[in-house]
Amino acid sequence: MSPVLAGVLQLLALMAALALAYVPLGNYLARVYSSPKHLRIEKWIYRGIGADPDTEMRWPAYLRGVLAFSVAGVLFLYLLQRLQGVLPGSLGFASIDPDQAFNTAASFVANTNWQSYYGEQAMGHVVQTAGLAVQNFVSAAVGIAVAVALVRGFARSRTGELGNFWADLVRGVVRVLVPIAVVGAVILVACGVIQNFSGIHEVGQFMGGSQQWNGGAVASQEVIKELGTNGGGYFNANSAHPFENPTPFTNLFEIFLILLIPVALTRTFGVMTGSVRQGYAILATMATIWLSFVALMMWTEFAHHGPALQAAGGAMEGKEVRFGIGGSSIFAVSTTLTSTGAVDSFHSSYTGLGGGITMLGMMLGEIAPGGVGSGLYGMLVMAVIAVFIAGLMVGRTPEYLGKKIGTREIKFAACYILITPALVLVFTAAAMALPTPGDSMTNSGAHGFSEILYAYTSAANNNGSAFAGLNADTQWFNTTLGLAMLLGRFLPMVFVLALAGSLARQQPVPVTKGTLRTEKPLFSGLLVGAVLIITGLTYFPALALGPLAEGLA
Amino acid sequence: MNTSVSNAARLLAAGLRALLVLTVVTGIVYPLAVTGVAQGLFPGKANGSEIEADGKVVGSSLIGQSYNLPLKEGQETPEPDLKWFQGRPANGLGSNSVNTQYELILSGATNRSADNPELLQWVKDAKAAVVKDNSVPGHPVRPSDVPADAVTSSGSGLDPDISPRYADLQVHRVAEKNGLPADRVQKLVDEHTTPRTLGFIGEPRVNVLELNIALKDLVAPAAGH
Repeated sequence: MSPVLAGVLQLLALMAALALAYVPLGNYLARVYSSPKHLRIEKWIYRGIGADPDTEMRWPAYLRGVLAFSVAGVLFLYLLQRLQGVLPGSLGFASIDPDQAFNTAASFVANTNWQSYYGEQAMGHVVQTAGLAVQNFVSAAVGIAVAVALVRGFARSRTGELGNFWADLVRGVVRVLVPIAVVGAVILVACGVIQNFSGIHEVGQFMGGSQQWNGGAVASQEVIKELGTNGGGYFNANSAHPFENPTPFTNLFEIFLILLIPVALTRTFGVMTGSVRQGYAILATMATIWLSFVALMMWTEFAHHGPALQAAGGAMEGKEVRFGIGGSSIFAVSTTLTSTGAVDSFHSSYTGLGGGITMLGMMLGEIAPGGVGSGLYGMLVMAVIAVFIAGLMVGRTPEYLGKKIGTREIKFAACYILITPALVLVFTAAAMALPTPGDSMTNSGAHGFSEILYAYTSAANNNGSAFAGLNADTQWFNTTLGLAMLLGRFLPMVFVLALAGSLARQQPVPVTKGTLRTEKPLFSGLLVGAVLIITGLTYFPALALGPLAEGLA
Repeated sequence: MNTSVSNAARLLAAGLRALLVLTVVTGIVYPLAVTGVAQGLFPGKANGSEIEADGKVVGSSLIGQSYNLPLKEGQETPEPDLKWFQGRPANGLGSNSVNTQYELILSGATNRSADNPELLQWVKDAKAAVVKDNSVPGHPVRPSDVPADAVTSSGSGLDPDISPRYADLQVHRVAEKNGLPADRVQKLVDEHTTPRTLGFIGEPRVNVLELNIALKDLVAPAAGH
């Protein structure tokens, strides 16, 4: 069997597995976020928080909950790293410097997991499991909560109430993420991912001498790293490290975990708004983009253009033998079209166009299928823009799911889509204009520029992957990337929740003959076009200076 | 003013309490429970898939090693010990500079781009070395025989595997250096070639450490005669 055919079959197997999980998981999620009942453990947690889970919140209250919880997360994680040197169970690792601790705290709370540190030499057991892995769970749950609040905005009318943030947060963790993570972690250990709390481990070597490696709770962190579309590796090599991703099967399984919840949430959206076909239309849009990106990526990686790859006879630089080019390409596209940023191969050594595809995936706003929660709300905002464009074409007030898209709604949507490009382009321009940030580049020329453009694209879109040649552990990059991550995560949430509140207040308009049928393929096509055109127009000049210049050279 | 400050403080306190409670659930109970199950069901795998030769642990079957001769005086980079099968280059492997009480392996890729001159030189040098090292009388190796994984560094720098093509290419050299018949060594490689999982997942591969351990077993009795 040729590697290309094997790659295509892996793609089909992955899609079949996701299709099998789609209806049951999507329906389950809809029940989780609609049920009036509380589990006993949840009641204990609510008592601990001191919150009443049955209080309905309007959008400002919901937003305040999100922000308060996230501010607490940043502070706690910052302190934990600053105190690492004196905490027990830290393998004797030193405390993290202030700028790097800020960057890492911002990064994990913002569901980005950009890492300017080397996992195996910087973070001990306590920070990894009680700090970083906790944010892997809760930042994912926050993302789903905000998406569910937006869905409620479409589903409800004449209320303005969007649910209870604490209940959504706790249910996401207790009923969704933890159960799947437990099963997934055991599967990973069965395949060879390590899971222990031993210290530094010293073993002999074949040629004599010894080698040392870290023990750690890797499987339990690996699974939520993918499932919560977080991406922060236990080890520096992330999911390329054999202890994180030991076999071809775990590779495919980890891609499955990355896509699982973002895909299923489109079903949840359909169920909660009363029309599963609306969910299918959103899913079709996501799948079209994802599939075309994978196809393009496989094509360019198997073709292996670029002097060094031509000389080598294949694009294997930065890739593992067990995954091959097919498995690596699927992973690379899936991780950058979601907000994951985990890598099983190193994007900086991809072909010029391959690297461009990973960057473009993030620039689309990570909506195909996107991060847990953030993918759905990002795509729904794009849908609002798309119906608005369609409305302009036929001269009719646009509406989506029975809600009028008026001035107020379109302003919120427009602000949402402007934030991230503004952060990416302004910070990249500043880094290029100042004298010192450029010293961090490993490669020169177009690829050097790409390293910096990639970094801010990754940070502002909350992805976290890197053209890792860039030495990002400088005060400039730690600080500006930290800010880009926080602003890129929470400013869009403000507009999503404001939009949700505005939609929830409206009375639904009846469907008439003139209504745009948003559950039809025509609309999915329009939506794909809107996504590509808006992103293309925004980023084309920057892409032309980096990956396009390299790929066409 | 005062009410808004105290409201904010109350909200932040709620956020902090929520974080602490959820830290107990996801940061303490969950990893300990998974560790318990993992250590109970798969202790070998949960502790790093260690592998033994002659009753001694010689590494993890998941972590690639180097098979080099000891450094000679004045040498900066060691030479490969051609008696043993060689793994992939690992130019991206770092060395721990932060916690110097340990000698941790620091995983990593080169992150050199496809048009990077340094990477191009590494690839060319590696290819020349593979051709030279593996050409034995009667079995010359041509540059076009060398597969890509033999001349590129992996993502982790710890790739435990090589492609079957690269293993096959080393057979005649290894046989000659160890005084073994080539078909015997080829048989060993074939036995240690793992096909794609279920026929289509991943790529076929040969675990270098496991192969070398088996080779050592084959050589040891022969050396005794």
